[in-house]
Amino acid sequence: MADLLEFKNVTKVYSSGLLSRASTTALNNVSFKIEEDDQTIMAVAGESGSGKTTLAMLLLGFIEPTEGQILYKGQDITHLRGPDRMTFRREVQAVFQDPFAVFNPFYTVDHLLTVPIKRFKLARSKAEIRDKMVEALTAVGLHPQDVLGRFPHQLSGGQRQRINVARALVLKPRILVADEPVSMVDASLRANILEILQSLQQDHGVSILYITHDLTTAYHVAKSILVMYRGTVMEAGDVDRIIKDPQHPYTRLLIDSIPWPDLNRRWGETEIKARESDIGVVSSGCKFYGRCPFAMDKCKTLPPLFQINEQQAASCYLFDEHPQIASERLTELLPV
Amino acid sequence: MENSLMADRKSSPAGQAGGQVLEVNDLHVSYYTDAGRADALDGVSLSLNAGEKLGLVGESGSGKSTMALAMMRMIKPPGRIEGGQVIVDGTDLMALSDEEMLKARLSKIAYIPQGAMNSLNPVLRIGAQMMDAVIAHKTPLSKNDIEKRCRESLESVDLDGGVFQMYPHELSGGMKQRVCIAIGILLQPKVIVADEPTSALDVVTQRQVMETLDKVREQLGAAIILIGHDMGLMAQFVDKVAVLYAGQVMELSTVKEMFTDALHPYSEALINSLPNLENKGVFQGIPGLAPALLRLPPGCSFHPRCPKVMDHCRSERPETILQNGRTVSCHLFSQEENQAA
Repeated sequence: MADLLEFKNVTKVYSSGLLSRASTTALNNVSFKIEEDDQTIMAVAGESGSGKTTLAMLLLGFIEPTEGQILYKGQDITHLRGPDRMTFRREVQAVFQDPFAVFNPFYTVDHLLTVPIKRFKLARSKAEIRDKMVEALTAVGLHPQDVLGRFPHQLSGGQRQRINVARALVLKPRILVADEPVSMVDASLRANILEILQSLQQDHGVSILYITHDLTTAYHVAKSILVMYRGTVMEAGDVDRIIKDPQHPYTRLLIDSIPWPDLNRRWGETEIKARESDIGVVSSGCKFYGRCPFAMDKCKTLPPLFQINEQQAASCYLFDEHPQIASERLTELLPV
Repeated sequence: MENSLMADRKSSPAGQAGGQVLEVNDLHVSYYTDAGRADALDGVSLSLNAGEKLGLVGESGSGKSTMALAMMRMIKPPGRIEGGQVIVDGTDLMALSDEEMLKARLSKIAYIPQGAMNSLNPVLRIGAQMMDAVIAHKTPLSKNDIEKRCRESLESVDLDGGVFQMYPHELSGGMKQRVCIAIGILLQPKVIVADEPTSALDVVTQRQVMETLDKVREQLGAAIILIGHDMGLMAQFVDKVAVLYAGQVMELSTVKEMFTDALHPYSEALINSLPNLENKGVFQGIPGLAPALLRLPPGCSFHPRCPKVMDHCRSERPETILQNGRTVSCHLFSQEENQAA
């Protein structure tokens, strides 16, 4: 089966300072694949600074990897030119987190939706442009007459976010990178937006990379999940197994911090060991070392991924009785 | 923690737990737009005791943020406060002069706006911004006292003293949010209104920030109004929940009652739309759209989306009914009352 998208041992290092050369590894040896024929929803979860957004930026071709390759239909995306590049640009779309920041306040909603249609020459007449806009807006649950002709400041956050999804939708993408698409949207609308995402995958043949810090929504929409921390994959596999039975100490902390809407399930049974500000930078070794309640001496060298069962792997020495699995083979554990 | 934040509070009789610190009576706010008048708050009433935590939930456009701004008297044109009272600690804020209101902000009622962490000035040190906040509200404190107060405030939100000298870009999101809480409690308010204080933070940081907020609430004996739409967070944090819809309080119950036995069909739908571990992949949104305030349906504003709609819901607006200490605004319950009578 052909791969639509492949991350091959991708590492991204940001360096700053002309003299001191301080560098930050935002993403460390990440590999995964998205197949052409089986559309999936893969969640990438982690807290701020885990490298989720770097991953999205790399996938969209906004930044280049320091090491490794990102292949789209077998071609390295940094070397795409001409029509191939246009196709890539159209087929890989994004929805970003902050519905307040991505709009140009001087343009109406019509402009926002018209530009991509014109840019990719998807419509021949003004009437056709309008039809496409109306269709996309209706698909995301908006009344076109409520939003067309309006300026961003006249719309609520939920409306703006749905317009963002509509903007991606008019282009009929193959891959949608959804970077925290619902974190700033109402709970009741969240369900709608997640439903829209799922119908994109099921009915429109779009694979979705769902980037989030919210494991509840990840659990509900995604098939597989990568849990990241400071650029490294901590745990990966089937979303059901990981949410219901997390293994890595970091995943356990994350899942324990979810505010479940359930009075019988109280928040925070496990103590948060260290505040994020107290943790020094661990250059080598497990990135979670400073906060891990089970930290051991050998954690000072970076743990490889251990395959815990057929659909779950964790990068932690607590599981060193299990077989190791190379990072490139991680995709094999991820259900589609 | 022995510091003056605590000492001041002890000397203030109104700060004792149990006493009522906030009473909102029949608050009305309208926005005058080109297309007509929109009633963003339509007669909201509620009260809070010292140390209590109230969650204010509702969809976008339900009036949550307007409520916060109205309580702070920070509604700007084309919005206008049309009437009502906001009584904090015995003082009706609506009756104060602008000058008096300026002093009341931060010392009686503090507001942590949505996305507060992005409101820090990037070119000023944290300490300078905190001191500015105190000076702007015309306190009689000396400069040294103000600095001391700021440092204590940072300490009580678990930030290192070094943060005083830092710039906002040197802090993480969670730390910035804690700075905003620290600014909010500088003058020991009786009521803290926090508008989605953790909406852009990850779960672990969110938990830490909420724990911090709870800690300062305990220290100050202040009441907290937490505005948001995350019912999970509400379940874990607040004591009482008020559900807003189209500018009206549809239901006000304790969090336990709300989750086990919601009265209003809208609250019920909200609870049912929540994701949990058992119902994977089931997205039960609330059918229909939130109403546009400019063209509110007649009668009960929820009736077009209500699964239990009755004939007179379409024409008569339901009264607010008090039932076992809970309030609900729905004809289902006014009927029961009629039958009982």
